[in-house]
Amino acid sequence: MAVKNYVLVCGGSACESAKGNEIYKSLLHQAENQGVSSDLQIVKTGCFGFCEKGPIVKVLPDEAFYVEVKPEDAEEIISENIVKGRMVDRLLYKEDSKAEFKAEDIKFYQKQERIVLRNCGLIDPESIDEYIARDGYLGLEKALFEMSSDDIVNELKKSGLRGRGGAGFPTSLKWSFTQRVESDQKYVVCNADEGDPGAYMDRATLEGDPHSVIEAMIIAGKCVGADKGAIYIRAEYPLAIHRLEIAMAQAREKGLMGENILGTDFSFDLEIRLGAGAFVCGEETALLASIEGKRGMPIPKPPFPAVKGLFGKPTVINNVETFANIPVIISKGGDWFAEYGTEGSKGTKVFALTGKIKNSGLIEVPMGTTLREIVFDIGGGIPGGKKFKGVQTGGPSGGVLTDEFLDTPIDFDSLLAVGSMMGSGGMIVMDEDDCMVDVAKFYLDFCVEESCGKCAPCRIGTKKLYEILEKISQGKGEMDDLDKMRDMGAAMKKASLCGLGQTAPNPVLSVLNTFEEEVLEHIQGGKCRSGKCKDLVQYTVIEDKCIGCTVCARKCPVNCISGERKVAHVIDQSSCVKCGACYDSCKFGAILVS
Amino acid sequence: MSKMTLEDLRKLRETKKQEAAQRDSDGKDSLIIVGMGTCGIAAGAKDVLDVMLDELKKAGNDNVIIRQAGCMGLCHVEPTIEVRTPGMPDTIYGKVDAKVAKDIVNIHIIDRKLVNEHVYDKPAADIIK
Repeated sequence: MAVKNYVLVCGGSACESAKGNEIYKSLLHQAENQGVSSDLQIVKTGCFGFCEKGPIVKVLPDEAFYVEVKPEDAEEIISENIVKGRMVDRLLYKEDSKAEFKAEDIKFYQKQERIVLRNCGLIDPESIDEYIARDGYLGLEKALFEMSSDDIVNELKKSGLRGRGGAGFPTSLKWSFTQRVESDQKYVVCNADEGDPGAYMDRATLEGDPHSVIEAMIIAGKCVGADKGAIYIRAEYPLAIHRLEIAMAQAREKGLMGENILGTDFSFDLEIRLGAGAFVCGEETALLASIEGKRGMPIPKPPFPAVKGLFGKPTVINNVETFANIPVIISKGGDWFAEYGTEGSKGTKVFALTGKIKNSGLIEVPMGTTLREIVFDIGGGIPGGKKFKGVQTGGPSGGVLTDEFLDTPIDFDSLLAVGSMMGSGGMIVMDEDDCMVDVAKFYLDFCVEESCGKCAPCRIGTKKLYEILEKISQGKGEMDDLDKMRDMGAAMKKASLCGLGQTAPNPVLSVLNTFEEEVLEHIQGGKCRSGKCKDLVQYTVIEDKCIGCTVCARKCPVNCISGERKVAHVIDQSSCVKCGACYDSCKFGAILVS
Repeated sequence: MSKMTLEDLRKLRETKKQEAAQRDSDGKDSLIIVGMGTCGIAAGAKDVLDVMLDELKKAGNDNVIIRQAGCMGLCHVEPTIEVRTPGMPDTIYGKVDAKVAKDIVNIHIIDRKLVNEHVYDKPAADIIK
């Protein structure tokens, strides 16, 4: 019997963790039970991006887009949608209380342009045939049979592709450096050591479309004359590793990787290297050291890895998203790619949208899309009617963009100009309940932890900055702390050995520039307006409102609230831990936060 | 599978592309809706659907979306099929068996003519010759 329906189940990490695999199994089981298993094909795909509403199940060709599916819903999906051809209304995504069954009609998808994620959520990442069906390995075919090395570099140059790891270095230049060096051995390395808090673009790409990265690395090998490559990926991405291994085995079996690819005299093979999850290993020289089996620490550049990289040999090193762009650039041409984006930044960018936002998830937009479109149109705005405060981009290397930058088109250069950076693409949205001192402290804490300790500006600088922020958050800050932080930040930027230390002060400097008033409030007024800095908060009972119900006293974890029944209670400030339990539990609004 | 040559890769891509095209609805302009109510299924709508998929594949036509729907209300002439294709009036066919299904694909979809004797609801009577 012919297949009539395709049921796509999201197999990204977010949906998997919400029982995606159980849904997949119970769909298979139900299809079997209801005698329709030969009528349909159930496919586990990569991330759909709409993680907020996951797990997602999509039925084709009906285009039914089901959200927040549970394993027990499988029975109804099969019996209604597959057997009877009726959509399961209660599971369809609803926007403004109107059922939107098609993905294209959902606002979340309308402003997106999917190049990197072209196959994510569409194909089974564990099937090379499905990848090939979507023009997979067409780029490799062209690169092997129709193009010279120079042609490939020129195509990349035309496309204007810049490295998606954060710094935005032109990819064509990087490749041409390695291509031009004479050497008996060259390497291609993929940086999949994604470490920014809140970022998971590369993870989703590898989980949803591993072949796109593999194909690009083979093309890179052909271009620069390398026959070996490695994918450096953190061990905490088990699903991505698993799917990469499957994809590599399939490519080898089909003769798309290994000896004499497609019958030509070009050979290329890959291996996976697991990292232990150190943030500094995302820095290219530290990453290469880690692959070599040494401690992951950066070395001064130049020489750049393009000339002297892995085991001292010329090495092309790009990140996952950069590679994922390349097969389509080669197959459709650099001019096609250059139609997307802005003057200086071509193509699209994938962002992981998280924080105080209605539709968190994975999005891909053309460069030049404004922050407003991302946060309010795609992201659906801030939940709970709260006020937008800012977006942190670029993770621990970036800064905060406030509402005055909502209409700035986002690309590599515009973000740098306003004191943040693209970074790898994490976007954390903050509302009025977030304290900027606290946010800066969070990122510095991360950097203190992740600094490799090799150079003093980073090792000592991050720690000292953290200590000052800690002081400010306790209300013990002094006015000259502001200048101290600025001076130290400037020194770290200049003197640190690698990107980690050079950019570590960015979140602090950005907060000092854009939210100075709020920092001053902490120092001069001893006050934290959002109540995040615990030491500056005081909980007291409003006597008139307290009816003596004793709920707060029972909830208090340290028993510091005392009082008789039906008599106003009192909080003992000396032993209060400021957990806020009393505030949350009081039904009469009798707890005052100040 | 053994190692592929360039030819093998191209061939594989073509076959897989056709299979995958069934999933996409972009760029397709024709729609066949098969009534899959209990009445339709009992009258053999499932087989009709299979035949249509086969016939479209044979004709190399990947321009048609096939959807299933519930009962259209014409239970007395099940299985029923609605066809919407540009340049033709939206048409509902009834009493569709395997042969009629093939005719619908070849005559209605490909040759752009109505399969007159099986038109049951739309279009209005005066269009049918």
